[in-house]
Amino acid sequence: MKTAVIVFPASNCDRDAAMALEKVTGRAAEMIWHRETEIPSDIDFVVIPGGFSYGDYLRCGAIASRSPIVKDLVKKAESGLPVAGFCNGFQILAETGLLPGALMRNKNLKFVCRPERLQITNANTRYTSAYAGTEEVVFPVAHHDGNYFADDKTLNKLEKEGRILFKYADNPNGSARDIAGICNEAGNVFGMMPHPERAIDPQHGGTDGINFFKSIIESI
Amino acid sequence: MKAIVHIGLKPGVLDPQGRAIARSLVDLGFDEVSGARQGKVIEIDISGKNADQARESVTKMCEKLLANTVIESYRIDIEG
Repeated sequence: MKTAVIVFPASNCDRDAAMALEKVTGRAAEMIWHRETEIPSDIDFVVIPGGFSYGDYLRCGAIASRSPIVKDLVKKAESGLPVAGFCNGFQILAETGLLPGALMRNKNLKFVCRPERLQITNANTRYTSAYAGTEEVVFPVAHHDGNYFADDKTLNKLEKEGRILFKYADNPNGSARDIAGICNEAGNVFGMMPHPERAIDPQHGGTDGINFFKSIIESI
Repeated sequence: MKAIVHIGLKPGVLDPQGRAIARSLVDLGFDEVSGARQGKVIEIDISGKNADQARESVTKMCEKLLANTVIESYRIDIEG
């Protein structure tokens, strides 16, 4: 089992992601710099970490989504490679078009940083299977642009296909239909604003994030 | 030549920053303000034979990078 974390200028959750992956797989994650042009073919799972890639210039995630490494990542994700993005990683995945919709400025214009209660709305997916029987988890959020937007047709489709995996119990940012995390049609690409990688140790204040990583790792 | 690209949120997409700006203007006594939308302007220096060619090329730039057409629309002005 080999995992990797992509590192952009101003990523700041890359170490957290690597720690989470190592904790669950027992093996250090590979760190891949954004100027690389290829994800090694033996990598089984890739995390796009949180942060402020390229200083959030133009739009959050816009520049990162066009970087050399992400071009190759998109190609591999389209042929089935599991990829998860948290926070800025979710914004990047939305900008690539791998996930529908866009993340806009929080409705109340405030940077929100707090533990967030999330409802698991579909525990029958590659990213949530280890949560079977669990209704609610707590992951931290820390973002200014997490207000999920998509047109009604897209939102209906996401709902109908069970692709909304997590919803906010107490919507912190104005996201449409309280959406916190979604996956693509094939179920291998997942994005969410909250940080499961920052909920893997009692010292984080909770360990609810471990089962997120267990789910996807066990599915490979 | 210079291409000036105006990018803004599509009509119907909530613009909380624009709303805050409008409210602040009303607070300053500009009672005639009923709304505001915030966008951005990007000026691009571009070489090319004519304005049509430049516009075509900048349209591609907007679609590929400058605007997120899920939430934003854009307008291009070519100068000089």
